[in-house]
Amino acid sequence: MATPVETISPLQYAARIIRENPVIPLILLLCALVGLLEGLQPGIFNERWVGNTIRFAIPLAMLAACQTLTMLTGGIDLSAGVVATVSAFVVATLTPLVGGPAAIVLALVPAVLMGLVNGFGVGICRVHPLIMTLGTGLIGTGCLQVYQRYVINTGSEIPGFFEFLGTGRTFGMPNALYLFVPFAILILWGLRRTGFGRLLYALGANENATRLSGVRSWQVLMALYTVVGLIAGITGLLYVGIIRAPSLSLANSLMLPSVAAAVIGGTSIFGGRGSYSGTIVGALILTVLGTLLTLLQIPEGARRLLFGAIILAVTAVYVRITDQS
Amino acid sequence: MTRFLTRHSWSLGLFAILVILLVATRIIQPNFGASGLDSLARAALPFAFATIGMGIVVIAGGIDLSIASIMAVAGVIAALLMQQMGDASAGLVVLIVLLAGVAMGAINGLLIVLTRVPDIVVTLAMLFVWEGVALLILNAPGGTAAPWLRALVVGGVTIPGLPPELTAWLPRAFVVLVAFTLIIWLPLRRSKLGLSIYAIGSDQNAAFRSGVPIGMTRVAAYAFAGLFAALGGLSITLSTGIGEPIAGPYLLASVAAVVLGGISLTGGRGGLLGPIIAVFILRTLRLDLTLLSVDPNVTTIIEGIIMVAVVMIGGLLAMRGPR
Repeated sequence: MATPVETISPLQYAARIIRENPVIPLILLLCALVGLLEGLQPGIFNERWVGNTIRFAIPLAMLAACQTLTMLTGGIDLSAGVVATVSAFVVATLTPLVGGPAAIVLALVPAVLMGLVNGFGVGICRVHPLIMTLGTGLIGTGCLQVYQRYVINTGSEIPGFFEFLGTGRTFGMPNALYLFVPFAILILWGLRRTGFGRLLYALGANENATRLSGVRSWQVLMALYTVVGLIAGITGLLYVGIIRAPSLSLANSLMLPSVAAAVIGGTSIFGGRGSYSGTIVGALILTVLGTLLTLLQIPEGARRLLFGAIILAVTAVYVRITDQS
Repeated sequence: MTRFLTRHSWSLGLFAILVILLVATRIIQPNFGASGLDSLARAALPFAFATIGMGIVVIAGGIDLSIASIMAVAGVIAALLMQQMGDASAGLVVLIVLLAGVAMGAINGLLIVLTRVPDIVVTLAMLFVWEGVALLILNAPGGTAAPWLRALVVGGVTIPGLPPELTAWLPRAFVVLVAFTLIIWLPLRRSKLGLSIYAIGSDQNAAFRSGVPIGMTRVAAYAFAGLFAALGGLSITLSTGIGEPIAGPYLLASVAAVVLGGISLTGGRGGLLGPIIAVFILRTLRLDLTLLSVDPNVTTIIEGIIMVAVVMIGGLLAMRGPR
């Protein structure tokens, strides 16, 4: 009995490749955006511009890692922006008092604490992550403002290490890559090859089934949100090195774009599906898009409008491509 | 009677807390009276409308992150049109603003239904879009509000024929809130559409198999949220007298009040009475702490801790109860 030969048209074949490698259309979109930019302003695509784009995409991509990891379990971390801001502000104000290394450690303490509280609420009390992280974000902002009044006279200084990472260049590429490349490899490897990474996917795909197969989901969630808090804290340290001016709302403007970067990168907000490589490309797309909209010199209102519309359009197309299976 | 008590136990508990807080306010500030209540109600009005809008969407199993931006758009449309068209046609302006709110909400809902992208993502993207629209309409705070409309939300109630002392303590803003809620929400809840909203929030598949048009109902829920958001935006413009294109802190506050008020975030459960009381609790608490001359930032911390503690305890209780 001869098996019927499956005939597929080249178009279907292409669609299948895209579905199995969802990063490809994103990279194509990124190239198209860069091409458009080059067409609008010939000569902009040079080493300096690429370096700058990468430099500003890195904090976004790191904060978006928080969103990717939590979204894989069906959650979200809306406190990440506040956590980053708190760490950045604390490190900048404590460095003149206690020196760089001690300040870095002290700055990461609130980040881990907020992550722990998030993990406790989400993992043990079963609070919806959206609400839990909104609440801790609110508390964090309040605490930061109270803290600010005690250190108002100390002035601010950024540890030399993070200033080196944030502003320096090696061979034209930003030094922040020294931090980001190992970080990205760690996340990519962790998600694909370690048990913890697979547990995240499993929890997001079907929490009850995962629990019934003997996984203590609260431990996983607790560990996840603590790690995510730490990542957000480190992002804050790097970001203050790039911006070099600590403020009480430093990284808050990165918050919603970080969710957008993860979503554009193909991570499902319901959990169980997504990858960090997509998120990195998503962060690059958003950064290039920001440059493009600035370059067009359209008013601020229209810029935000287009930003939102493009996020929605990309996600809609993406859902259509990947959801057919 | 017992049935009423058990059904509304959460709201009654909240109401008791509100009464305690109001008594506490009176003790802290002995001359807290009609004017204090008036400013409290006026401050709570936009928060209450935002909470109602958010509440309807959450009951339908969704969430609307763009609600504060819709309020900003409605506020600037109102302020700009009232400046251009004059006081006489302010009633027409109100109608236009409300229709715009319904349209914005319906666009949110249609995009969610048509693109099949999760509602959090769509309304997150629309947050930027409506923010941009508000800035395009009015680049900086400006415009004006018609005096006779402002009088609708400022001051106490005066009913002709009754001595003013009897009714002056009742803030007009509060009456406006109750009136709009009764006129729009009660008929909606009793109607087929209202039942459908609860149904799709409770179990989408079951609702679909019972013949509920899921897409239409979802669009309608978002449209009602848009309507209430427009009312909220309008009330900001009326109480401040100008239009403000930058969205206020209404998103966070409305989610907090919805959760405090006993609406389940998974949808299908809860009413609007609890959330409205929750709004007043949060506002009164803020007022009390301000009167006690507590640092406003500490107030933010306390509000956050209350919100987090309530949802955590609620979560633990829900786990111990029947699944």
